[in-house]
Amino acid sequence: MQKNKTDKENNEELSIVNCQLSIPGNTRISGSEALLKALIAEGVDTIFGYPGGQAIPIFDSLYDYRDQLKLVLVRHEQGATHAAQGYARVSGKVGVNIVTSGPGATNTITGIADAMMDSTPVVIITGQVPSSLLGTDAFQEIDVIGITQPITKWAYQVRKPEEIAWAISRAFYIASTGRPGPVVIDLAKDAQVGLVDYIYEKVDYIRSYQPVPDIDKEQIRIAAELINKAKKPLALIGQGVILSHAEEELKIFLEKADIPAGMTALGLSALPSDYPLNKGMLGMHGNVGPNRKTNECDVLIAIGMRFDDRVTGNLDTYAKQAQIIHFDIDNSEIGKNVKVAVPVWGDAKETLAAVTAYIQPAKHKQWIASFETDEQEEYTKVIQKELTPLSGPLKMGEVVRKVSEATQNDAVLVTDVGQNQMMGIRYFKYKRTRSVVTSGGLGTMGFGIPAAIGAQLGAPERTVCLFMGDGGLQMTLQEFGTIMQEKLPIKMIVLNNNFLGMVRQWQELFFKERYSGTILMNPDFGTLAKAYGMGSRTVEKREELGDAIKEMLEYDGTYLLVANVESHGMVYPMIPAGACITHIIMGE
Amino acid sequence: MDKKLYTVIIFSENTVGLLNQITIIFTRRQLNIETLSVSPSAIKGVHKFTITTFADEDMMDKVVKQIDKRVDILKAYYNTDEDLIHQEIALYKLSTDLFLKMKGVEDLIRKYNVRVLDINEDIVVLEKSGHYAETQALFKELSETIGVLQFIRSGRIAITKSKVERLSDMLSTMEKKLMENN
Repeated sequence: MQKNKTDKENNEELSIVNCQLSIPGNTRISGSEALLKALIAEGVDTIFGYPGGQAIPIFDSLYDYRDQLKLVLVRHEQGATHAAQGYARVSGKVGVNIVTSGPGATNTITGIADAMMDSTPVVIITGQVPSSLLGTDAFQEIDVIGITQPITKWAYQVRKPEEIAWAISRAFYIASTGRPGPVVIDLAKDAQVGLVDYIYEKVDYIRSYQPVPDIDKEQIRIAAELINKAKKPLALIGQGVILSHAEEELKIFLEKADIPAGMTALGLSALPSDYPLNKGMLGMHGNVGPNRKTNECDVLIAIGMRFDDRVTGNLDTYAKQAQIIHFDIDNSEIGKNVKVAVPVWGDAKETLAAVTAYIQPAKHKQWIASFETDEQEEYTKVIQKELTPLSGPLKMGEVVRKVSEATQNDAVLVTDVGQNQMMGIRYFKYKRTRSVVTSGGLGTMGFGIPAAIGAQLGAPERTVCLFMGDGGLQMTLQEFGTIMQEKLPIKMIVLNNNFLGMVRQWQELFFKERYSGTILMNPDFGTLAKAYGMGSRTVEKREELGDAIKEMLEYDGTYLLVANVESHGMVYPMIPAGACITHIIMGE
Repeated sequence: MDKKLYTVIIFSENTVGLLNQITIIFTRRQLNIETLSVSPSAIKGVHKFTITTFADEDMMDKVVKQIDKRVDILKAYYNTDEDLIHQEIALYKLSTDLFLKMKGVEDLIRKYNVRVLDINEDIVVLEKSGHYAETQALFKELSETIGVLQFIRSGRIAITKSKVERLSDMLSTMEKKLMENN
């Protein structure tokens, strides 16, 4: 039904038309064009977006800038945000979205929240109704700022074209500095169509925002002293190391003081998998060694990680014997979950180098060798069965490891969430930094496909391997269309068990095998892949796996490998939620 | 840990939506805001929030760090009553009729240091400033004798006793940094 328009709305549209008339000799440009110039000035060349009523002027301007700004048209705005995340995580650049108001904006919420939890720099530009209509429940109007304030570093509404240059530069400065995170810029329609004299304004100072604090030399000295005295030091490495480009500083630090390290899920690939001091992953499904040793070490050195409950388990029994040194750039993380003996507030690249200068070369041969017992136990009880089973259906872990090896352990791993994720990060191996893209803090199913799109565009020269489950695949399945349109050679592997596997695992262990809401009836994924022009093959037999992986990696284009794995597979080791980190279930 | 009343003092840029950003941090930690007062500060363009809440110190510390981290917040810190000079203001609307018939009006005014703001044939409006207990004591006495038609108390305002001026220190550090970088 045609809505009766008020005079105000009619005037609004009339003024929009007037604004778009070009006046000869006038150097003023539209707000939309100013937005694109500001993005280009920030080094943007790729935008993930989806148009709609209140963003049409921006997309119209994009048409003129299509040589400089590549628009990746996603199939749903959630996909746009996850793609921006994947892009940012592998490239270190800021991921950018342009979406419309109302549902366009609300569809980005999950990705924004995910980026906030995982400290990913993204700038989300949302269209908004003309400022005269704000607050009136206009068509597709939603309070984007109010909704996104709790899940962004900064959210700002632009109502005048004159503010665009400043707001965009400020958005990129905030998103990419300090502890990175998402920024939302809500752009009212009249700011998009109004004319402005565009002048680039670089924002690199905000008096109320200190992204990198000055190093406290006294704390550095105290930290070094504690490390020098340590007999059994253990380092916990988080994504902060990757975000501050401190991988080399970390290696020098660890080697000088001879400190073994455990990695958080997001910290993975900050050190190569085969690096001798890398003792594996921490947490609920992490490696036995670093988890147990957390409760045996005398000094615990946390670097750019936040003691998430999936890492610590029960805080009352967590590392009580150790003195904790916490390196972090975010002061509100220090002391949030654990009691810290020495806070080292700052950028890990600077603070690690500063501490390294004060520490004495040391050797902790016996302590480091003591990890071998745990490694051996985990190998016998878990890894061997998962990677080299002699019979029975395909195991998730063996598929992951075979793919990793076939890429010479040099691919980018993207995962969805659930068993596929834990198997992926446990058994994939890494040579280079920024090789893992996974949804850690928020644990967003459906993250995988769009994140892989972003990862492939952010690292076009690298092989991107996406592992997902049959559940998560169907949450953002529509992005197959984006992959097809962009001709992205992503190598996708669905570990298909016809279950929501991780929930099923919990139901088996803790809910008397009552499989409520976890049994899936699935389509033929291979046929689906063919509909999108992808290469595909379905494997069930161990003998065919190697050949299928080879075919996938050699295939010129997108490929979906459907691995029908055991239906009741379990991810072990497992520390039950809220249990002590030494209470490890091996699944014997 | 024991809960006690803390006063959180926050200085911010004068931008839209900051109150929302602050209150959601209290909400996430299930903290009730007891009183809230917002006004421009002595420094142009800087706003000051004074918030009181019952919490334990560990919680207070975490909440204030999370507030301080927000981009447009200049400085946030917390104090207990011992560190502060604080004040609230209260207004009391009474019936003129009953007020005039009340015994010991002069004593009441002297005892509570009350100001009379308005008086007409129907109503009297009294004003009292002081700590919560003081304004509450007057309210109690009036309501038990002649009754109170309307009562309103402001949020707490407070200034620190300490010599340290955290906001000015922070601003001068930031300005120095800007100069060094340019």
